Amino acid sequence: MSAATDSRVGTPGMPAGVDMVRAARSRVSRRHRLLVGALVVALLGVFLVRVLLGDFTVTIPDFVRILAGEQIPGATFVVMESKLPRAVLGVLVGAAFGLGGSVFQTTLRNALASPDIIGVGMGASAAAVFAIVVLGLQGVAVSGFAIAGAVAVAVLVRTLAGAAGGYRVVVVGVGASAFLVAVVQYLFTRASIYDAQAALVWLTGSLNSASWPAIARTAGCLLVLLPVVALLAGSLRLTELGDDTAAGLGSSPRRTDALLLVAVLLVSVGVAAAGPVAFAAFLAGPIARALNGGRTSLVASALVGSILVVGADHLGAYLVPDVNLPVGVVTGALGAPFLLWLVATGRTSRRSS
Amino acid sequence: MTLTNRTTRPALAVTIALAVLAAGVVASLHVGSRMLSPEVVWAALTDPRADDADHAVVTARVARTVLALLAGGALGLAGAAMQGLTRNPLGDPGILGINAGAALGMVTAVALLGVTSLPVQIWFALAGAAVAGVLVHAIAGLGRDGATPIKLAVAGAAATAGFTSWTSALLITDLQTLETFRFWQVGTVGGRGVEVVGPVLPFLLTGAVLALTGARLLDVLALGDDLARGLGRRAGLDRLVVGLSVILLAGAATALAGPIAFVGLVAPHAARILLGPSYFRILPMSVVIGAALVTWADVVGRVILPPTEVQVGIMTAVIGVPVFFALVRRGRMGSL
Repeated sequence: MSAATDSRVGTPGMPAGVDMVRAARSRVSRRHRLLVGALVVALLGVFLVRVLLGDFTVTIPDFVRILAGEQIPGATFVVMESKLPRAVLGVLVGAAFGLGGSVFQTTLRNALASPDIIGVGMGASAAAVFAIVVLGLQGVAVSGFAIAGAVAVAVLVRTLAGAAGGYRVVVVGVGASAFLVAVVQYLFTRASIYDAQAALVWLTGSLNSASWPAIARTAGCLLVLLPVVALLAGSLRLTELGDDTAAGLGSSPRRTDALLLVAVLLVSVGVAAAGPVAFAAFLAGPIARALNGGRTSLVASALVGSILVVGADHLGAYLVPDVNLPVGVVTGALGAPFLLWLVATGRTSRRSS
Repeated sequence: MTLTNRTTRPALAVTIALAVLAAGVVASLHVGSRMLSPEVVWAALTDPRADDADHAVVTARVARTVLALLAGGALGLAGAAMQGLTRNPLGDPGILGINAGAALGMVTAVALLGVTSLPVQIWFALAGAAVAGVLVHAIAGLGRDGATPIKLAVAGAAATAGFTSWTSALLITDLQTLETFRFWQVGTVGGRGVEVVGPVLPFLLTGAVLALTGARLLDVLALGDDLARGLGRRAGLDRLVVGLSVILLAGAATALAGPIAFVGLVAPHAARILLGPSYFRILPMSVVIGAALVTWADVVGRVILPPTEVQVGIMTAVIGVPVFFALVRRGRMGSL
């Protein structure tokens, strides 16, 4: 496609145009490569901070020796059973949320139309809590319920909002969210006070339950879903231009729906592992876009999502002494002002709608 | 509004609403996990010396009925005043984040500052409600097209999410506070006892009087800001008074029964459909419908999923969300 664009611009008599376009395009892709590189470094940094620092400091040589299988009294247990699983799950969940949220925001062309605001995350939550509290299920079955709940809510919101899309999706989703919060709250008033902490996990999101089996499940799901996103993402830049333009340029609406469905699955996989980490899906896309000079980048969104979740988990664990705040409380407290700022400045929807 | 043909018999509508309310009160005294016969209830109410299990049950039910009536009436009135003031069909203290702000104020007082007396806690709830109301409207009012209903609803949802995050953060630091506020945070009239009414009542009454005196202003505002100015209203001061009444009503109702959403949305719309667009009628009718709604929500919540009790805040969400969807889908969002 790039060759076609270049040849059209480079008409005889305007050879400078070809170079200008080429320079502009390579500047964009160079910036993107630089950004992805910087984000990978940042993620690595946050990851190491989460694993090595805190109330129990581990040196890097010790960490390498622990990974190699050496038993260091105390340190091995803390790293392998608590800190490392939390950080790894944070990376996976954050990437799933960042990617899913960015696909939603780009496809629906509205920064507010992220899965956590329009009730998809809460749908997964409500179904998972129902499975735990009422049916007494555990493990994979709970994840299955979470995924089914997210898909059901996504379909419902899309149907109720009608074809108009845009802001109406957001408001219908806000209503659906309110309803689902009520459902989760009801289910947890039936549980004992000692499960109230668990209720907060399913309402705000937390990495407290990180374990290697959960990581394996999440990683397995992501391994299946990520290639599908990569395959479908080509049409994303067309959908950004608006439904009609996209259709005119040969992007099938069905392809868009498939992409949205994969995004729902990504988010529900994240929710099944860590609860609906408030605003993680909502924040990652716009931050990545701003860093990338106003261009959508799914890779950057996923990385920003991981950095957010791992960083917020570290803040939540050590910001207030002796209190381990769930990661969702931190991202929620950070995300709400940002959401209000978006509403205030009217920067929610771009171009059409 | 094209509903004038349906408003020809307002007396009938008012009678039916009052009858539904009265039936709700009667049902609230009789219905529950322990069903009581009318004789038993009557005996418990009239005989001050009675001191058996039935008497205790009736006393508890009287308390929650009073709470339901007050909270429901206050929220219905607050919603009506808010819808009129901002000309926003989605105006509801729950949707616009005011109840969540009041809840955060109250939990801050209890968990952080160790305030144990309810009269002091109410001031924190009112302060939280005021901050939330001003914040949400100020933020939605920024930008090019001003405070559209949709922007207000989204700003309210954002504020609710943020306030709830902070409330959760405060609650999990303190298991004792969590135990106290766990059910309150969902919105419930049960288990608080009638003694919480006393300190809150002055605020409710002040708010109600201020709101009801604002009926003329709201009617004029419905014609549009320019016309209101042309008719000689000092809109600034009047708006302040009505806004204050919303804060008082919503903050006090939250202090009583927790953050209950959707009552302030449903009650005024029902009143408007029954009685037409005049706020002289909508405001008092919203009190009646709001009180009836919360009372019935409490009664139904007690028996719908035995052996557990479904909190009022959950029941009103079940009733209110379809109404919310219908209003959004109707698409004439700026039409109040």
